[in-house]
Amino acid sequence: MDFLQIASVHKAYGTPEGTSVRALDDVTINVRNNEFLTLLGPSGCGKTTLLKCIAGFEDLDGGDLILHGRSLRAVPAHRRPFNTVFQNYALFPHMTITQNVGYGLDVACVKKPERNRRVDEALEMVRLSGFGNRRPSQLSGGQQQRVALARSLVLKPSVLLLDEPLSALDRKMREAMQMELKNLQHSVGITFIFVTHDQEEALAMSDRIAVLSQGRLQQIGSPVEIYDAPANEFVANFVGTSNLFAGKVVSRERERVVVETANGRRLASQDDRFAVGDSVKLVLRPEYLHIVGPGQGEPGCVLEGTVKDTVFVGSVMHIHVDVGFGRTVTAHHRHDRADDEPGIAAGAAVRIAYAPAAAHLIAAAGA
Amino acid sequence: MIAGDTVRSRRRRALLLLLAPITLMLGVFFLIPLGIMVVYSFLEPGLYGGVEWNWYPYNYGRILGWPLNDYEEFDPIYLSIFLGSLKVACLTVLFSLLICYPAAFWVSRMSERRKTFVLFLIMLPFFANLLVRIYAWLLLLRPTGFINTLLQSAGLIAQPLDMLFSNFAVIVGMVYIFTPFMFLPIYANVEKLDYSLIRASQDLGATPLQTFLRVILPLTAPGIAGGSVIVFIPALGNFIVPAFLGGSKVQMTGNLIERSFLQSRDWPFGAALALLIMASVVLVLMIQFTRTARAQARGAV
Repeated sequence: MDFLQIASVHKAYGTPEGTSVRALDDVTINVRNNEFLTLLGPSGCGKTTLLKCIAGFEDLDGGDLILHGRSLRAVPAHRRPFNTVFQNYALFPHMTITQNVGYGLDVACVKKPERNRRVDEALEMVRLSGFGNRRPSQLSGGQQQRVALARSLVLKPSVLLLDEPLSALDRKMREAMQMELKNLQHSVGITFIFVTHDQEEALAMSDRIAVLSQGRLQQIGSPVEIYDAPANEFVANFVGTSNLFAGKVVSRERERVVVETANGRRLASQDDRFAVGDSVKLVLRPEYLHIVGPGQGEPGCVLEGTVKDTVFVGSVMHIHVDVGFGRTVTAHHRHDRADDEPGIAAGAAVRIAYAPAAAHLIAAAGA
Repeated sequence: MIAGDTVRSRRRRALLLLLAPITLMLGVFFLIPLGIMVVYSFLEPGLYGGVEWNWYPYNYGRILGWPLNDYEEFDPIYLSIFLGSLKVACLTVLFSLLICYPAAFWVSRMSERRKTFVLFLIMLPFFANLLVRIYAWLLLLRPTGFINTLLQSAGLIAQPLDMLFSNFAVIVGMVYIFTPFMFLPIYANVEKLDYSLIRASQDLGATPLQTFLRVILPLTAPGIAGGSVIVFIPALGNFIVPAFLGGSKVQMTGNLIERSFLQSRDWPFGAALALLIMASVVLVLMIQFTRTARAQARGAV
């Protein structure tokens, strides 16, 4: 059963120079009922435009939005069963918290006793009971955030749209709110469409992530799929960091695919979706690379080089290794106080190895 | 510790020094003349202008209805002129509001360059002399004036419209000269209106009318109130516009005051009229201030 279909949506903007920019280019997403879907991408990728189109603040140039089989194109924003949590919260400064939360019920002329009951419930849900008589300016950022949530959820929308709602909060508060939002979504059973440019946030909260770039949908999938099997170079670089090796598939036999780079470097993988002769890129996540001793490591899955520098970030050590032909590879070495870490210093010769299953292949751009 | 050296006492001295010129100026040129007016309004008019130093409450009596027996009559004309002035001032506020409020939204959404240009256009009339501008309206509105000639040659009217020397002409003139005063406070308020609040209101299911009444209007109310007060006060006491465009048919309190001082040389009566206008203005301001104070208090609780 289809819930909300975003069907090959197009949207273009005119620039002051007279040219037109494609903000959304043939984006198709089947939003599932009761899922936490994140639209992830860098600024200008079209994620906020897509959210505005869903909310009804922007008209579509092409394509359609279909909710339960009915097109929403002719439905104005105030009649759509969606509510938005805005980036700056957009709380009404001239109203109390109760009035803010009750606004949607008031304009819908809900009877007073029911209105008050639902407002109280909503405030309790976001743990703000007793704050009803305050003004938005008297609350902290996190509290205002929760008022904005309550104001939207009190209307029991089919879909809650969240436009980078956590970006104004400091790190600790943001992490706490991530968990709170996730739990809230589970308990209210409403579909959340969440927009962010923060990949960690997206990975931490989502059931599914849709990665957008330059108005196009790059990939949609679960956080693990997106991270472990990026569909293309953009996703591989935007979600986490990747070491990429461009080359051609030279052999493919039983669980072992060998990619040869232009420099003759041969690297093995278990990813068998490509045929011999295909131009591919081999993706190695830094945390799948391990420092091994002489003679260790599976043949074909080892890179040798010298350490250029190390960056200690707390839980891991980022090691940049020059592996020849001007290539530098980043490995994340798990930091452990109990280990002595011999030989990991600038200038040291090291061997880095990976498991062949860890190497993912993507089609080379333009191939 | 030496008191003179603390930061706070130094700040106090600096503040006093900075405030001295304005205090002096307001004291000499505002408070003292006002005091003279108050005193004169209770004195007997001199035969050839000036005052006789006798207690004489009948200046107010003539206007409000306790005349000196046989000597001076209570003439309701003064009250009706005063009420007429109130009406003209209120209509001026109303019409300039109707013009400026939508215009402010329109201008606030323009590009930065056009905005500056339009604001310049709005300020432009200030560069021309007020009398010249009012006189121009006389030329526009009179029976052989531009508007009538145009309408007649277009065949829309047979006889020239009698527009000049009427309340209509006075209100047109007043709205014309006070429009910038209404526009600027409203614009300042509309300009900083957060459009995401309008979006939020829509998003929560409000119709455009509900959004206007529940969000836009309350948030721009300070600008509307400010502009209205700034227009109402000078409109109530204005005498140039009615003198030019109202002729002898439209009298406003301002004209009456002017005549008392300059023609009938009855200073105390003029002073009494002026103070009555001031009292009504102070009343309006007090209502406005208590309302803002209450709104602020509500915001702070």
